[in-house]
Amino acid sequence: MKSMSRIWMPRISAPSSSSRIAWMGLALLMFLLPLPALAALGGDVESVHQDQAQMKGTLKTTEGTTFTVHEIKASAGTVVKEYASPAGKVFAITWHGQFIPNMQQLLGSYYQQFADAATTQREAHAGHRALNIQQPNLVVQNGGHMRSYFGKAYLPAMLPQGVTKDEIQ
Amino acid sequence: MRRKTVRSLLILLVVGALGFLAACGSNGTPVGVTPPPTPGQNIQPISVNGGPLGNYDNGAFVSVEICLPGTTTCQTINDVLVDTGSVGLRLLASQVTLNLPVLNDGNGDNLNNCIQFADNSFLWGNVAQADIKMAGEVASATSVQLIANPSGYLIPPGCTGTNEDTQQTLAANGILGVGPEPFDCGLACDPVANGGGTIPPVYYLCSANTGCVAAFVPCGNVCQDTQAANAQITNPVFNFTGDNNGVILQLPSVASAAATVNGNLIFGIGTQTNNTLGSAAVLQLNSSDEFTTSFSGQLLNMSFIDSGSNGLFFPNGIETGFAGDTIPVCTDNTSFYCPATLTPFSATNESGSTNSAVNFSVDNSDNLSTQNPGDFAFVNLGGPLGSGACNATSNPTACSFDFGLPFFYGRSVFTAIDGAVAPTGVPAGPFFAY
Repeated sequence: MKSMSRIWMPRISAPSSSSRIAWMGLALLMFLLPLPALAALGGDVESVHQDQAQMKGTLKTTEGTTFTVHEIKASAGTVVKEYASPAGKVFAITWHGQFIPNMQQLLGSYYQQFADAATTQREAHAGHRALNIQQPNLVVQNGGHMRSYFGKAYLPAMLPQGVTKDEIQ
Repeated sequence: MRRKTVRSLLILLVVGALGFLAACGSNGTPVGVTPPPTPGQNIQPISVNGGPLGNYDNGAFVSVEICLPGTTTCQTINDVLVDTGSVGLRLLASQVTLNLPVLNDGNGDNLNNCIQFADNSFLWGNVAQADIKMAGEVASATSVQLIANPSGYLIPPGCTGTNEDTQQTLAANGILGVGPEPFDCGLACDPVANGGGTIPPVYYLCSANTGCVAAFVPCGNVCQDTQAANAQITNPVFNFTGDNNGVILQLPSVASAAATVNGNLIFGIGTQTNNTLGSAAVLQLNSSDEFTTSFSGQLLNMSFIDSGSNGLFFPNGIETGFAGDTIPVCTDNTSFYCPATLTPFSATNESGSTNSAVNFSVDNSDNLSTQNPGDFAFVNLGGPLGSGACNATSNPTACSFDFGLPFFYGRSVFTAIDGAVAPTGVPAGPFFAY
């Protein structure tokens, strides 16, 4: 049940109604901008490179001998790291920050498998908790509490030769 | 200029409407003479009993009375989960019969809130105001979430996962967040404190015509925002007129498993004779409300105490390969441990001069469930949290010990709120203590 009682909310929207449209446009832009910078798990890292120029200052790349780490600040300060193989495929992703990043975007084609596994676990055992999905082709770990969340996802079969899962940090 | 003047006037009106909060808030002097609370006034019973569906392991449930602000038109909601890992009261809209006033921007857009949990579930719904009553305490005109699936527009893509908008999916009628913060989002969502920053995926203004747009919502003076009063979803305890600096969650010990465990949610820390800190070990918290746990040769510096986690969750040796304890995870549910037999462990919580040893055990989750079909309290339920060596910068996933509800059995656990005014002799929040 809800009513439409008018409790005026100061300052939750535009500074003034005249700039409301522009403000909404800005908000939308903020949401759209980080999206193309993130390559989804299992996807091609090319999109990260393409966006690197325009994302200056928010994207840091560290070249390793066996993989490359792309660090991206997304979703209000949450740090996302994408691990790319020499072949240019994203084989692991980690995240840490006040807000859980958009998992649909991060996990891409693996999202549904992850979501289904999480649902199956919850239906078998009610309640909230840290999450650990361990399947032959997909591992996802997620934990934390309101204001601090962290996690990692990786594809065991796609780890570059010589890379162990403990190196995904 | 003319428009600005009108707006200022509106803000003044709002300040007037919310004036009760400002006048009687944590850092104000109560208006009039408040009689000292009588014993029991600050004690609300809680129960680990499986919840409304009789299927929730290690969940502490409480009854909460909500009222139309400033009236005696009230309703009691049973089976609300007590959660020291979140902040604010969130109720299934389907359980609320009161016509609570929903916050809006004056242009027909309703304020909505999204919170996401680590297990890929989320809660979405209107932000409304209610007077919240527990024991003899009252939080007036406090922002709460009414959990519901919207009609007429879609939940925005920043709010993803499984929608727990029914009793069937939530396995509770709501969540009472009494964590160590006054507000669910705080500075990051405040338009002044986070001026120029990205709007977090937490608050949205929504209408059938335009859908939802992420929005800043002020959290007022406590957030150094002097331009607007707090409207964020608020820890009800913070809005009490007294006993408002935190809570004690108190449960008796459990040998292994039990059908029902009854305990208390006590309001205030050091404000009454029944909520003194005494010799409790105090764990001061960092800016992420975390402390350090020494476990298995690792310093887990992102640890926390969370009654809303239904087990003890900590890095797994088998996954990590670091020297120390190793436990197999269950094959059917990899979020829980399944050792062959009951396995004892020890950890030490550290903060300042505090060094507090915690002994605990983990049993086989599958066996616990099959051997105790009618039970809902399990002291030895645990699961994995991260892998690899903890490194706060490069591998934060393996840096936490999540002390869930099993930790509360046989303890009085204090949760002190950041920014609340503490009585003389009581440390300022945020801290956990036990």
